[in-house]
Amino acid sequence: MNGVLVLLEYRSGASGPTGWNRMSWEALAAGQEVAAELHQPLMAAVAGGDLDAAAADLAGKALARAYTVRHPLLAEYTADGFTTAFEQLIQLVVPSLVLFPHTYQVRDFAPRLATRFGQSLIADVIAIGMESRQPVFVRQLLQGKLTADYVHTGTGPCFASLQAGAFRADALAQGVCTVENFVPGLEASQIRSQPGERFRESAQTVDLSAASLIVSVGRGIKEQGNIPIVQELATTLGAELAASRPICDSGWLPMERQVGSSGQTVSPKVYIAVGISGAIQHLVGMKGSKAVIAINKDENAPIFEVADYGIVGDLFEVVPALTAAVRKARGA
Amino acid sequence: MRRAKHQIFSCWRGQSPPTNVMKIIVAVKQVPVRDSVIRIDTSGKWIEEEDLSFEINEPDAYALEEALLIKEKHGGEVVVLCAGPFRAGQTIREALAKGADRAIHILCEDLVSLDTLALARRLATAAAAENADLILTGLQSDDLGLGQTGVVMAEMLGIPHATIVMQVEIAGTGLRVKRELEDGWFQWIQMPMPALLTIQSGISPLRYATLMGIKKAKTKEVRHITPDEPHPVAPHTVALRRISLPQRKKETQLLTGSAAEAAAKLTNVLKFEVRVI
Repeated sequence: MNGVLVLLEYRSGASGPTGWNRMSWEALAAGQEVAAELHQPLMAAVAGGDLDAAAADLAGKALARAYTVRHPLLAEYTADGFTTAFEQLIQLVVPSLVLFPHTYQVRDFAPRLATRFGQSLIADVIAIGMESRQPVFVRQLLQGKLTADYVHTGTGPCFASLQAGAFRADALAQGVCTVENFVPGLEASQIRSQPGERFRESAQTVDLSAASLIVSVGRGIKEQGNIPIVQELATTLGAELAASRPICDSGWLPMERQVGSSGQTVSPKVYIAVGISGAIQHLVGMKGSKAVIAINKDENAPIFEVADYGIVGDLFEVVPALTAAVRKARGA
Repeated sequence: MRRAKHQIFSCWRGQSPPTNVMKIIVAVKQVPVRDSVIRIDTSGKWIEEEDLSFEINEPDAYALEEALLIKEKHGGEVVVLCAGPFRAGQTIREALAKGADRAIHILCEDLVSLDTLALARRLATAAAAENADLILTGLQSDDLGLGQTGVVMAEMLGIPHATIVMQVEIAGTGLRVKRELEDGWFQWIQMPMPALLTIQSGISPLRYATLMGIKKAKTKEVRHITPDEPHPVAPHTVALRRISLPQRKKETQLLTGSAAEAAAKLTNVLKFEVRVI
């Protein structure tokens, strides 16, 4: 076993977004760093049907080798197809470490792939350290309340997926590399699910990404009848109202106002998080904000880890007081 | 599909069509309640569990709800499967009170020390013996958050799976499921049964247990099993070295005082520091 293999994500499918998933480059940048520490070659691979454009992009990266895993049955993603194709590639390459971006697609097939090698995927890693020349994978537990260090103890290759935004894609070194074609042995009968077209529910009419001021509400608001308390603050500030996932799931605010990995990604001048604990999925969508203000009753809530200013208190007291104070300041 | 060495279950009936009565397994986990105050124990490897309260893992509650909805529409049986210590019995009773028919409790006090493979092997062994048509579980656990136990179970059982499922339709001998993709994209997928689905949180309102349900739950079957480990016990593939409280990425300036005082301080920040009013 030698080498770090990064499995990248590129789509050339008939429906939905096409091209690279940008988290691929974050994973590759992380791979570059780890490969250098381990003194092992760095490799990358991508699977699909039409990969000509992807191959051209990979030829410009500082890699020992890149693989395009091509097969007509890989044109549209299926867990069965991708697992089997990458399984064969890993048997050929025999890397010591396989890295993935922690995308929705990776979450779908990577655990299966690791199982085929008798390994457990170390999922959603936020940092990779080194101890005794062995990688230490840092993950979050209990919705971000704890940090945990994991090491691989298995005898086969180590599999790890990397959280969005945890590694910097701009750290990626450019270079030249050979891109090799790999055609896996795949038969239609091995693929048990039939994927349909990718679609969106409705056109987004609210573009939160353009907002400079956002007031966002989470579970702490307790019930739909309390939403006007934060709506009033947003209106007073001239801010867009947004929410964490549970609020939109409950139908208290429309889905298009959801911030997070399954909603919109925002980077306003100021983001005011009201009653939002700060689960990873939410933080991914707002940690690019210039200033974060958190109002939460739990001083240990992970939202305070990314907050510049915080009020630990009951939002039902703090928010109306804040609305009144802002009105007063505006009036002055 | 060829059988790999990790697919250890020969009793799984594979491609045969489901019988008239649909059997659904829901794999659930008991986790600390969401706003628990967490303290690290003396080993530095886990948390003090003494003064914590526990509840069903939220995504698993939605998996249970989905199973109950399917049963109401198509008939059949809902079996709760849970690996956990003795205290998990409470979560199992609550699931039975909501309408599950019976339960299997894999007693393991060593849950924390298991890696995904070891845990999934225990769950898959118990599930294989049931020959269910459908296995549902939440997309991830609120405590470990690895999001893979269901997928690994599917691989061990040699059945297809779909993750982050928003909607489930039974279509003849197969399934039609709506998957959530990134950035607001979705996709419908067709697949044969038996299959395993991991369910997204929030896809339908959760029911409450009725008084009648709570009463009935007391008489429902809960089978306790002690894991039958292979000999020698498979070595762990991943080890937890230590846990710690997260380091703050930013220095948070806390605005203190009464609600009115804190609000006045924050208004000053909005006006003079970040300058948005």
